Amino acid sequence: MSETKELKLPSKIESVDEAAAQAEEFARSIGLADDMIFAIDLAVRESVANAVKHGNKFDATKNVEVVMADTGTGFELSVRDFGTGFSVDQIPDPTDRENLLKASGRGILFMRSFMDEVNWAHPEGGGLIVKMLKKR
Amino acid sequence: MADITITERQAGDVTILDLDGKVTIGEGSVALRGAIRRVLGEGKTKLILNLGHVGYIDSSGIGELVSSFTAVSKEGGTLKLLNLTEKIQDLLAITKLLTVFDVFENEAEALASFN
Repeated sequence: MSETKELKLPSKIESVDEAAAQAEEFARSIGLADDMIFAIDLAVRESVANAVKHGNKFDATKNVEVVMADTGTGFELSVRDFGTGFSVDQIPDPTDRENLLKASGRGILFMRSFMDEVNWAHPEGGGLIVKMLKKR
Repeated sequence: MADITITERQAGDVTILDLDGKVTIGEGSVALRGAIRRVLGEGKTKLILNLGHVGYIDSSGIGELVSSFTAVSKEGGTLKLLNLTEKIQDLLAITKLLTVFDVFENEAEALASFN
């Protein structure tokens, strides 16, 4: 049976900690190991931070929607913002020599490095949704 | 409770900042930025960040390490990292920042490297 948890969080930095705490609690409740929890925690933090900052641009009228699910085979996470969206392909590779000393731009790299699947979509109604999967 | 505590020590002309807590988006990153600005403002440009008690760091925190590195370099100084946890080491490897930072596992060696 699939178990899920849904959050609607305001577009502020404090929502990153809130989402991470809820994700850790959920991940522990479904018996995931510490290494998986670290990966999930990082992915939640990076994706919610992106949604708050780059998606909703701290707009108090917009929420960030987070859905976590135990699919049996893994932990599924989706994070949606209601901004104007962006093309992931346009994000510069932070590991290129000319980008190494930039202060930002590593969140997506972390999401891709620690989760098994990461996909972006532009849902009806606007915004951007990132869906990730961490396999057991 | 604060996300992070930063304690300053002096070893000769080298300043060591012992970080304890999380360096994440918001308070942790801001605290690190403030500490770096403060010591640079005092003319201290030989710096070691001791990360042995940093339990968690995210991309914002990694970005703040990079900003700290460039800020210190601009002042003609050097910033080195000490006691990376396995997780932080992994994150710096993924981002290829191990090629940027001087990293030490031993404080005496880190101090000696300034000579």
